[in-house]
Amino acid sequence: MPILVQHRQIVLPGQLLAEGKDVEVKAQHTIYRIGDKYYSSVIGLTDVQNGKRLSVIALEGFYFPKVDDIVIGMIIDTGLTSWTVDIRSPYLAILHASDVLSKPFNPLKDNLRKHLDIGDLVLAKIIQFDRTRSPVLTVKGKGLGKITKGVIVEIIPSRVPRVIGRKGSMINMVKEETKCQITIGLNGRIWIIGPTLTHEEVAILAIKKIERETHISGLTDRVKAFIREELKKRGLAK
Amino acid sequence: MRYEKIKLVDENGLRIDGRKPDQLRPVKMEVSVLKNADGSAYVEQGNTRVLAAVYGPREVHPKHLTLPDRAILRTRYHMVPYSTDERKSPAPTRREIELSKVIREALESVIFVELYPRTTIDVFIEVIQADAGTRTAGLMAASLALADAGIPMKDLIAAVAIGKVDGTLVLDINQVEDEYGEADMPIAMMPSLGEIVLLQLNGVLSEEEFYEALKLAQKGIAQLYEFEKQALMKKYVEVKVEEV
Repeated sequence: MPILVQHRQIVLPGQLLAEGKDVEVKAQHTIYRIGDKYYSSVIGLTDVQNGKRLSVIALEGFYFPKVDDIVIGMIIDTGLTSWTVDIRSPYLAILHASDVLSKPFNPLKDNLRKHLDIGDLVLAKIIQFDRTRSPVLTVKGKGLGKITKGVIVEIIPSRVPRVIGRKGSMINMVKEETKCQITIGLNGRIWIIGPTLTHEEVAILAIKKIERETHISGLTDRVKAFIREELKKRGLAK
Repeated sequence: MRYEKIKLVDENGLRIDGRKPDQLRPVKMEVSVLKNADGSAYVEQGNTRVLAAVYGPREVHPKHLTLPDRAILRTRYHMVPYSTDERKSPAPTRREIELSKVIREALESVIFVELYPRTTIDVFIEVIQADAGTRTAGLMAASLALADAGIPMKDLIAAVAIGKVDGTLVLDINQVEDEYGEADMPIAMMPSLGEIVLLQLNGVLSEEEFYEALKLAQKGIAQLYEFEKQALMKKYVEVKVEEV
């Protein structure tokens, strides 16, 4: 038996996960190899497929930028021709003025603060990042741009996959049950627009519950029951 | 005036605090104790109490310290003024600066710093109460805090100090044994990989004693490693499913 852990088991840094050559390991930061031995490098949940494909999903951690990721950033500084954006990663991102404004932009006449000011939130996509330079964002694309309504919840970035669920099963269920529009930034910021504040409140509670109970199985059903109960308490459902 | 030497090991082979030579002090460990830090841990070994906090990886300030190919690690080992018998000045002493350095080097060998170029990982270790073995307790707290922050690392670090008192090798020495003993040897290891990340020796040991001390340390480290794993696991086990 080359894989020494079970599916959905909590592992710790330095824990031996698998031994031997016939193990398929997804290349990622959460697993490292010495010779034929594979060890976990973080606190995580194992994912074993078909008894030979192994990966570890981190339970703690920060967001690390990747090209094409959709993130929710907060403007923290304006320059002459670009904004500096906090995307909760080790690196600050850059959003160029030419990307936001459609017409040609003259830094002498125009002030970027008129368009996006410090503290504003944007839904953006990472278009460039290679670790030697800061990530570059774009707001060109469907649904991208400044966030003007709704609420934002922050969760631990490494638990985003669980909030989304397998092929979006979890998030679709939450959307359906709470009747909210939910957009997930992969950096752990989640944008919720609901029909009423109460709906939004229930959605926030549900997401916080998913974050807290990430590592306990049977989560989808539990969250579904939770949402129904909370809606009932608030007189929004029978 | 004649000094009477304190007897550190009695005729039954028991130590000044009643422990056997190969017995650890009572251990208590907890992770995620601080809300504002990315990762944190608290470690208690007998009367030694240490708190560690980790921030990062994050942007480096001042910018010129940045390294293009790896993250920098900044470590501060510090003893609070009320940690000792007599008030300790809060300014970093020569000893604290040195310990910050050796702890940093031990941690550097564990963390995958090359994954996060141009960033910094900041580790703060505060000794709240000192009763010998603060660097080893500090290292354990730091490694737990790093794991809690989700920073990829090879292994947790478990560490213990071996002493030689009244000619006997003893595990996990306390303040009295440290002061009146003949030797003090802190050892830190990555237990799963069997690698030593820190080893210092203050005093004199013969070659045989050294190897025996190493063996004794490994025994203590194995026990401490289990405590560390339990402390990390506890955080997840304690999350109870709320039934609706």
